[in-house]
Amino acid sequence: MLNTVFLPELALMLTVLVLFFMTLGKFKTGTVQAVSLLLAAISLVAAVASFGSHGDLFYNAYRVDALSQLFKIAITLGLFLVFMLGHGLTGIRRELHTEYNMFLAISAMGLVFLSSSVELLTILLSLEISSYALYVVIPFRQGQGRIHVEAGIKYVLFGAASTGLTLYGMSYVFGLAHTTYLSELAQKMPALVATQPLAVFAMIFVMTAFFYKLALFPMHFWTPDVYQGASNETAGFVATLPKVGAVLLLIRFAVVAGFDITQFTWVLAVVAVLSMTLGNMSALVQNDLKRLLAYSSIAHAGYVMLGVITANQIGMAASVFYVIAYLLMNLGCFYVIYNIAPDGENVTFDDLKGLSKRSPLLALTLLVSAFSMAGIPPTMGFTGKFMLFTGALHKGFYALVIIAVINTAVAAFYYLKMARAAYCAPESDPALPFEAIALPLGSRFLATFFIVILLAIGAMPQSLLNAAKSAISTLL
Amino acid sequence: MEKYLILNTLNFPILSLLLVIPVVGAVIAMFMRGDTLLKFWGLAVTLVTALVSLPLWTNFDTSTAKYQFVELRHWFPALDLNYVVGVDGISVLLVLLTTLIMPLCILCSWTYIKTRMKEFIIVTLLMETAMLGVFVSMNTVLFYIFWEGMLVPMYLIIAVWGGERKDYASIKFFLYTFAGSVFLLVAIVAMYITTGTFFIPALMDHSFGFSYQMWIFAACALGFAIKMPMFPFHTWLPAAHVEAPVAGSVILASILLKMGGYGFLRFCLPMAPAATVYCMPFLLIMSLISIVVGGYLALGQSDVKKLIAYSSVGHMGFVTLGIFLLNEAGIKGAMLQMLNHGVTTGALFILIGIIYERTHSRELSVNNKLGMFMPIYVTFLGIFSLSSLAFPGTNSFVGEFLVLYGAFDKFPVVGAFSILGAILAAAYMLRMLQKMVWDDSDGHVHHGDDHGHGDDHGGHKLFDCNFREFIQLAFLTVFVFWIGLHPQPLLHIMDTSVAHLLHQIDAGSAVQEAVHHHGEHHALLETAGAWVRNLL
Repeated sequence: MLNTVFLPELALMLTVLVLFFMTLGKFKTGTVQAVSLLLAAISLVAAVASFGSHGDLFYNAYRVDALSQLFKIAITLGLFLVFMLGHGLTGIRRELHTEYNMFLAISAMGLVFLSSSVELLTILLSLEISSYALYVVIPFRQGQGRIHVEAGIKYVLFGAASTGLTLYGMSYVFGLAHTTYLSELAQKMPALVATQPLAVFAMIFVMTAFFYKLALFPMHFWTPDVYQGASNETAGFVATLPKVGAVLLLIRFAVVAGFDITQFTWVLAVVAVLSMTLGNMSALVQNDLKRLLAYSSIAHAGYVMLGVITANQIGMAASVFYVIAYLLMNLGCFYVIYNIAPDGENVTFDDLKGLSKRSPLLALTLLVSAFSMAGIPPTMGFTGKFMLFTGALHKGFYALVIIAVINTAVAAFYYLKMARAAYCAPESDPALPFEAIALPLGSRFLATFFIVILLAIGAMPQSLLNAAKSAISTLL
Repeated sequence: MEKYLILNTLNFPILSLLLVIPVVGAVIAMFMRGDTLLKFWGLAVTLVTALVSLPLWTNFDTSTAKYQFVELRHWFPALDLNYVVGVDGISVLLVLLTTLIMPLCILCSWTYIKTRMKEFIIVTLLMETAMLGVFVSMNTVLFYIFWEGMLVPMYLIIAVWGGERKDYASIKFFLYTFAGSVFLLVAIVAMYITTGTFFIPALMDHSFGFSYQMWIFAACALGFAIKMPMFPFHTWLPAAHVEAPVAGSVILASILLKMGGYGFLRFCLPMAPAATVYCMPFLLIMSLISIVVGGYLALGQSDVKKLIAYSSVGHMGFVTLGIFLLNEAGIKGAMLQMLNHGVTTGALFILIGIIYERTHSRELSVNNKLGMFMPIYVTFLGIFSLSSLAFPGTNSFVGEFLVLYGAFDKFPVVGAFSILGAILAAAYMLRMLQKMVWDDSDGHVHHGDDHGHGDDHGGHKLFDCNFREFIQLAFLTVFVFWIGLHPQPLLHIMDTSVAHLLHQIDAGSAVQEAVHHHGEHHALLETAGAWVRNLL
């Protein structure tokens, strides 16, 4: 019998190894991309194949359960999509293409490890594997001045600081509960969190590194600059995959902190509210699309937290659903951005104008992704928000939901601005370049994939939501 | 379930077909080439939808208030979320209105839309599905999905094919209605959590606590008042109407605005009956303000489209007035007014589109003396203007009469004030008619001595209506006189459902009355409510 427990990890390690050996030689970008795609596809298949397997590995520090396997599918799918959307790697220095893909694969591997880590030091180790790879990758950009260097430094500094805070928090948790295993913590912490302010303090600090990954207030400062400074394909990766991993860990920590409404819940609620409000307000005035998406991601982090603090089955399942929706709709937007900028430059609203003439398919992808982020039915983004609100109202968070709903209405403005720019160009402005954007076949395929999946899962969320629910039920 | 509905007994799934045909038509249209082919295809699809919808009229059972032609399929069992569609006496007429208006929307865009015909046809067909979906959904989530989903095609219609300030108008339309309806979502989820169901008839039967009802009512009423639009939420409407292409204006006026009224009847009244009774005075006053303000603003417009848009605010004021009178004449009159407004204002927008294609202006001062050049056009303009001001013998007269009867029956003061609105309607419509047909006092486009030459008007060639335009207007004219002279069949269809609705309100508010008098009092609201009641 083939043991599938460790299959996705093995597949990703293989990916990294093969790409590492390829860095030793010289290969054309096309070859590198084809090999990377193939290996990412194998990892995805491995992740799907290992869905449903269970087991505890490495002295119980590493748990393979339904939840971790679901996230592994999401992460490997995300890696595959990132490789696919950056088909020419136009924003990356020519000589670093192989290394670039290798580091992305390492980062994804770290995230896959993270999904299964259930012990504090293992978590830290996996987190660092995924972070370090990204620290290296961000300055790989070419031809846009020094903006990427600034982005790289900001990312490292904030990352290092937040990891330090997490370690600090972990030391307190260990001091309070005398264990680093989440399953044991889950038995001791709820009582401590309910009675001791120190425990609340410690849990919040433990979560800091994941706030940073998720770009949640107050660890959001790096987001706009890093998105803007990193190349379009890198930003697509940074914006999506680490956040998927972060949500999983936040869910695990929320379970550790207990299911009752405590001070801890209210701290997170305040963070969530500030995050969505600040993100949406700042996004309203952005002109650079990547900065806009950065602020929008801060807002989305707030929505996701709504499900995490709910700490019941439907709320957490909604968070899982929402972050997967977020992965797809954000990658949809970055896919469009990548294809609009042939030389890897940043994209503003002016560049979007007339898109529906230059490439109807890209315009439609942007439209569907933007409306999905705005939460308009029948897209995945709507279904996700609907489930999040249902979960939060179940727990009685009426005020939170109303704030979130107002935020949703505010956010609709800038998503609509994107759609409008793509569709409503001044018809006869001679200054605008009306040359068509030629998309290769694979890329057109990808666009269709984004459109179809965002609409199809939005209308028929049954299977994904059931998977998320049953995965969450193993935690409760 | 059985006590709420009668499964579809026709040998085909009529409501699902209505929802599917336009979508399939839109998908097929994606692969078509050639504007003419696309136009005929759009027309064919909407006509087939209209034909398919006709059995709703002939096979409707008027003896029951239950939902009919119901189809029920499991969609999302984990949340008790089903695909369930059906119609009752309140929604069936709106479904028919939608299917009958849509072919006209394609026809009136025949030459008006000049760019991106394929996208236009696709978006219009998707719009039809979304609108029908709103009227046939028996499940709050399904309702909400169609309700919000409708915004996207409507936004595109205004934003892509609109006039000069289309950006401003489309965004305002979208944000306004979106902001209103997100609270509807909160109400839907909140009701689900209390009752465990999304099924509309079951929610109607559930008796919520009074303060809970107030919240539900507030959340729903905000969304519907914006859609309606009711003063002071009406400001998006003139912008959207003026900038939308003719088909967009027709859809907005004829169908979209009806959703506000439908929402009130479907959600607020039966689900929060005690809150409805409690808030009635405020909503009546808001309706009166809508009627008067809409009329006054219409009186001052020089842009014909704006004039009609403001007149819609006034007409919709009559609809909310009728609804919140909470008596049989009022609600029936309101529903009839919704249909009448759909027919009459839709026709007026088609008429404006026709003249705009000829003179490229919507100004009253440019479009004058048309009586000399376009006799057929002017005849239709006369008919629909008179219908709009509720001239006896036309459709609106019956509706407005019923609403006024209901008002005088219950609150004579309200009736007296709404008469003012009716007078204003006569004033602005006759002013418009007079200017467009005869007037030549505004000198600047004048052509003084060439009256005899016929069709030269300020440099534009003025042709009278062609066959395509004639057909559209003649079709709607039939309804003007049919409803005006013989409204009985329409009223008969509503009878049982309206009686049932009133019964629900009475029963619901009676239960709450008892509880409420022992329960908490909202001092401020209480005083304000008493004051308003005394005033009436």
